[in-house]
Amino acid sequence: MATEAQQSTTRRDFLFVATGAVAGVGAAATVWPLINQMNPDASTLAVASIEFSLNGIEEGQSVTILWRGLPVFVRNRTAKEIEEAKAVALADLKDPETDEQRTKEGHEQWLVMIANCTHLGCIPTGESGEFDGWFCPCHGSQFDTAGRIRKGPAPTNLVVPPYEFISDSLIQIG
Amino acid sequence: MSEHSTYTPGSGVEKWLDERLPIIRFSKEHLMDFPTPKNLNYWWTFGAILVMCLGIQIVTGVILAMHYTPNIAMAFDSVEHIRRDVNGGRMIQSFHAVGASMFFAAVYIHIFRGMYFGSYKAPREILWILGVLIFVLMMATAFMGYVLPWGQMSGWAATVITNIFAAIPIIGTPLLELLRGGFSVGNPTLNRFFSLHYLLPFVIAAVVALHIWALHVPGNNNPTGVDVKDGRDTLPFHPYYTMKDAFGMVLFMIPFVWFAFFAPDILGHPDNYIEFNSQVTPAHIVPEWYFLPFYAILRAIDFNLLFIDSKLLGVIFFGGSIVILFLLPWLDTSKVRSGNFRPMFKWFYWLFVVNFVALTYLGAQPADATGVLFSKICTAYYFIHFIVILPVLSRIEKPRPLPTSISESVLAKSHA
Repeated sequence: MATEAQQSTTRRDFLFVATGAVAGVGAAATVWPLINQMNPDASTLAVASIEFSLNGIEEGQSVTILWRGLPVFVRNRTAKEIEEAKAVALADLKDPETDEQRTKEGHEQWLVMIANCTHLGCIPTGESGEFDGWFCPCHGSQFDTAGRIRKGPAPTNLVVPPYEFISDSLIQIG
Repeated sequence: MSEHSTYTPGSGVEKWLDERLPIIRFSKEHLMDFPTPKNLNYWWTFGAILVMCLGIQIVTGVILAMHYTPNIAMAFDSVEHIRRDVNGGRMIQSFHAVGASMFFAAVYIHIFRGMYFGSYKAPREILWILGVLIFVLMMATAFMGYVLPWGQMSGWAATVITNIFAAIPIIGTPLLELLRGGFSVGNPTLNRFFSLHYLLPFVIAAVVALHIWALHVPGNNNPTGVDVKDGRDTLPFHPYYTMKDAFGMVLFMIPFVWFAFFAPDILGHPDNYIEFNSQVTPAHIVPEWYFLPFYAILRAIDFNLLFIDSKLLGVIFFGGSIVILFLLPWLDTSKVRSGNFRPMFKWFYWLFVVNFVALTYLGAQPADATGVLFSKICTAYYFIHFIVILPVLSRIEKPRPLPTSISESVLAKSHA
């Protein structure tokens, strides 16, 4: 026995490691569904795309709608707000994006953004803060009239969800 | 410490049991005869008080779960139902809610006692680490419990805290969706938080058992920080400390029941009596008071550092403020345990306490410019205390002479 144990590798060592490896893969394969059940379920994923009519939203008015359980701001911006957003130099921005990149061509009065602050997800208050845009009450992030982060802990601009204009007054989000 | 068994089975039945499952011997050694330093002050009763708090939370919690419904359509109403309709439900619910605050008050005292008297130093590092682990588990449990009433503060706490995980690069967003079970906080989130909120207290109880095991290997530290030398330094745990602890528990219950009877909501927020609305964040959201220091640290970081953005950096500091506690035994290398014999440490200790209270205060203030500036200063000092002050003090400080034994210090005091 003693001499066998001193040999560097034996068939028994190989079988031992191989068995352990198979058991490890088996354990991981068993654990995965137990974790995966926590991921968004079919009913949550089913509401991934919505249509929304812009009729009735006056200039200077915002509405908040729900998309995938997330609140989305739809704002009909005033000419002054658009002007303010365009006047900002890119160098002043923490997350540089032009106003054109955040809106759709020909529909630049419409700003569509996920309403959760990119810091920790609170809903910023509209038409407030130092930049005339949004102010997040939770940790003090300030966004301008194009929803871009200007001040405070949020790392990026408010997120523009994937959307397109089906007609001049109808958008599809998602 | 293991040669203190005085147990001899009295009857034939006890002898029979002792040879098969020595549970009576174990109880006698660890709950009754355990040699405990005879100079422990009232700060040492908080260990027993904390066991009582855990017991209260588990008993009241199991009862509340008999009446609570973890579904977003009914959760808010079911808590009101408990408070209005269930027999005695008003008191049971307020004992559970107030109990969480009292639990944290006691754990903070317990932690700060350990910090002052150097209870984390060799050979008690594992004891300390298990304690910090219990603290982390308590925070997770309290957070998930706070979500269950499904008020505005509940829902927004869940949103903000789960979002912390989204700051992790690459895996952040998938992890966030995994935790929430959706793109936003919703029914799957509430339901799993309820399940985990029920589970974690029992995990805490298990870690508490390990914590006490790790305590019973080296035995208790004491206010002098000097090791136990012989039997004259100790008293049996029962009846001396069972009675002292029981008296401490009674005193502790006075403010506890005062809150529960007369001001059950004073530590909460009025906004939590509005049902959660995922489209409106309350104007001023703050966590429960026991999270405020760490919340202030999270909020203080509003700047990018190199390639790390402010959000991730905030989370790193937030996590770091807890992780650094695990490292404390290796940051403070002074051989003298008790702050009573460390003239410089004593001052810096109290400065740290004041700074911690300041962070608590700042965490509750609105996020304006002055508040954020002071939060930054206090956050910096929090880390400087651990990373700079403690290691440096250990080198330069000249401690006062230690008593040769616990007995000597006790006798010296009575002669003085």
